[in-house]
Amino acid sequence: MINSKDMNKVKTPDDLKKLREDLQGKIKLRESGGHPESIVQVRVAMATCGIASGAKEVMTFFMEELEKRGIDAMVTQTGCMSYCYAEPTVEVTLPGKSPLVFGFVNNRKADEIIEKYIKNGELVDGIIPVTYHTITEKQQEV
Amino acid sequence: MSKYKMNILVCGGTGCKSSASDLLAAALRTELAERGLSGEVQVVVTGCFGFCEQGPVVNVLPDNTFYIKVKPEDAVTIVSEHIIKGRKVQNLLYTDPATQTKVDGSGAIDFNKKQLRIALRNCGFIDPEKIEEAIARDGYAALARVLTESSPEEVIGIIKKSGLRGRGGGGFSTGLKWEITSTVEADQKYVVCNADEGDPGAFMDRSILEGDPHTVIEAMAINGYCTGADKGLVYIRAEYPLAIERLKTAINQAREYGLLGKDILGSGFNFDIELRYGAGAFVCGEETALIHSMEGNRGEPTFKPPFPSEEGYLGKPTNVNNVETYANIPPIILKGADWFSSIGTEKSKGTKVFALAGKVNNVGLVEVPMGTTLREVIFEIGGGIKDGKKFKSVQTGGPSGGCLTEKHLDIPIDYDNLIASGSMMGSGGMIVMDEDDCMVSVAKYYLDFTVEESCGKCSPCRIGNKRLHEILDEITKGNGKPDDLDRLRNLSEVIKDTSLCGLGQSSPNPVLSTLEHFHDEYMAHVVDFKCPAGQCRDLMIYTIDAANCVGCTACARVCPVGAIAGERKEVHSIDQTICIKCGACLEKCKFNAVLVS
Repeated sequence: MINSKDMNKVKTPDDLKKLREDLQGKIKLRESGGHPESIVQVRVAMATCGIASGAKEVMTFFMEELEKRGIDAMVTQTGCMSYCYAEPTVEVTLPGKSPLVFGFVNNRKADEIIEKYIKNGELVDGIIPVTYHTITEKQQEV
Repeated sequence: MSKYKMNILVCGGTGCKSSASDLLAAALRTELAERGLSGEVQVVVTGCFGFCEQGPVVNVLPDNTFYIKVKPEDAVTIVSEHIIKGRKVQNLLYTDPATQTKVDGSGAIDFNKKQLRIALRNCGFIDPEKIEEAIARDGYAALARVLTESSPEEVIGIIKKSGLRGRGGGGFSTGLKWEITSTVEADQKYVVCNADEGDPGAFMDRSILEGDPHTVIEAMAINGYCTGADKGLVYIRAEYPLAIERLKTAINQAREYGLLGKDILGSGFNFDIELRYGAGAFVCGEETALIHSMEGNRGEPTFKPPFPSEEGYLGKPTNVNNVETYANIPPIILKGADWFSSIGTEKSKGTKVFALAGKVNNVGLVEVPMGTTLREVIFEIGGGIKDGKKFKSVQTGGPSGGCLTEKHLDIPIDYDNLIASGSMMGSGGMIVMDEDDCMVSVAKYYLDFTVEESCGKCSPCRIGNKRLHEILDEITKGNGKPDDLDRLRNLSEVIKDTSLCGLGQSSPNPVLSTLEHFHDEYMAHVVDFKCPAGQCRDLMIYTIDAANCVGCTACARVCPVGAIAGERKEVHSIDQTICIKCGACLEKCKFNAVLVS
């Protein structure tokens, strides 16, 4: 009998590698456009400071409204996006597109993002351009 | 699908806005509407591109053309040339300073990316409460590699070669610290993560723990493998409830996946982590005080040596590193020491996260390669000074650091350069001050903090800082004398030389650096009894300008202490012996008749 507690165990480095590839594959599937699994991803920056400036309300709004409006989307929390001057910040990834970060998102802005960007792909004011390099994408290429 | 074929992104960051980017956006919209293109081309106002010195910045999509220093009157040209005829407007393109050629395509996109995220690589990307997302982004891959492919000595060799230095403030070689802990013989050793982030204004450690807790867990396990410790402790302040919650979740998930606990990844290596809570005392960021606090004793430092690496928690060898230091470890293992040491300056490798705050437009966390200049951080990434004011000073290193000035702006930031200029890296707080900030008050503010946070164990720190604070307080109240400045300097040197721990050894830095760089401002306080920045209330004198006063009585009615006398329609006057310098009259007067000097 397998102990249910041991189900998740990663017992060898190969297990970890397999798990990583598996998870990366799932994320790729999610991100690739045109696939049945392709859905809209919304990430809300939920560090203490983000929450203090209203990120929790915005996240709830996205979850409730996307469901109400029948949009297949995944709303998740994430850590600090480092744009303290523009909290709350939200990243939206449409299938097959690069992620876009929006700043100063309140419920009204969230509504605009859903109606214009998520539904029609139209940009809305308040996009925060990416101003940094990260090492992770390069790592994944290898 | 979007009905728009093209987008014109106009930077609406505060820096660009102050050079009329909002008028530019409006002009573009008008021009597009006049030519009947509103339905095809959309103008979008964005946040800061981080290239404020060249602002306003415009980015045309989908061809990804960057225009700089665009004025509202350029809207016509952009629409008629670029949008209609498809020809890029040459004179608005960015010129690469190195090659003197115009940059227009996607290559241009890199010009403004001054930041490189190593420690913050996963912050804001992964869900910190899902270990799966961390694993998908190479979480625990470095641990797996270390456990299967390398001996502890080899790993320590990599860390040493990478040139990584402690990110908590001291800047001690991380690899060397690991090596010392590993070579001491003991039946039990400990790995400690210092998450007692105490500098006012610094919050990078909290952000890392809240955004990517697994990287810290992984790095601590790697350290355990290298030093021979099977137990890790995170000393975190109870004021960080969310960071604690996320860290706990992460530790539990790592245990479930077998990435913490016994026989990790079949290697025979055991490691587990527990949390220890601090009550938020600044001195507990000092490693010996931190260890005493973890042991349940008073959070007071003790003399080093012995160093914690030799004799730490419960008298056992203990490796203490800061959160940001740990966050750098997994990428170094995966990408190699040479990669890491290729970033940064000769003696400071990699990147540093700064918490940029104060009078800058883009307050935020900034991770830049060592060697980036203060100017780049403040004026490009930070978007310049708020409300178009003049830059005065930047304080780095928190209460232990110093204030730097205009002449330091082009110094490449690294541990040694900052110390040479009279400040320090500290944990990476960076507070920007403008012309309205009084440097004597700034020094007093930091002393306020140090006096409050001194543990009281050694006299120079306990009494000396208190006296420093008193002298500064008298100066800001108009009771200072010129020889106070010498007393400040002498006392500061004594405190630095004789204090027991880093707190007292560095607490006079804000005083010394302001004395050196803003001597004139101190002199103005003690000779002319004036505060040039207009911050020291007791030094201000409010008077009424007889030429402008119409005798409306508004000021007299608003004065809370009845210091203003005067009949209706006659010139009023302020009784200086009663005036408490609250400034209410100044705010109320509609005729510019209240003068401040």
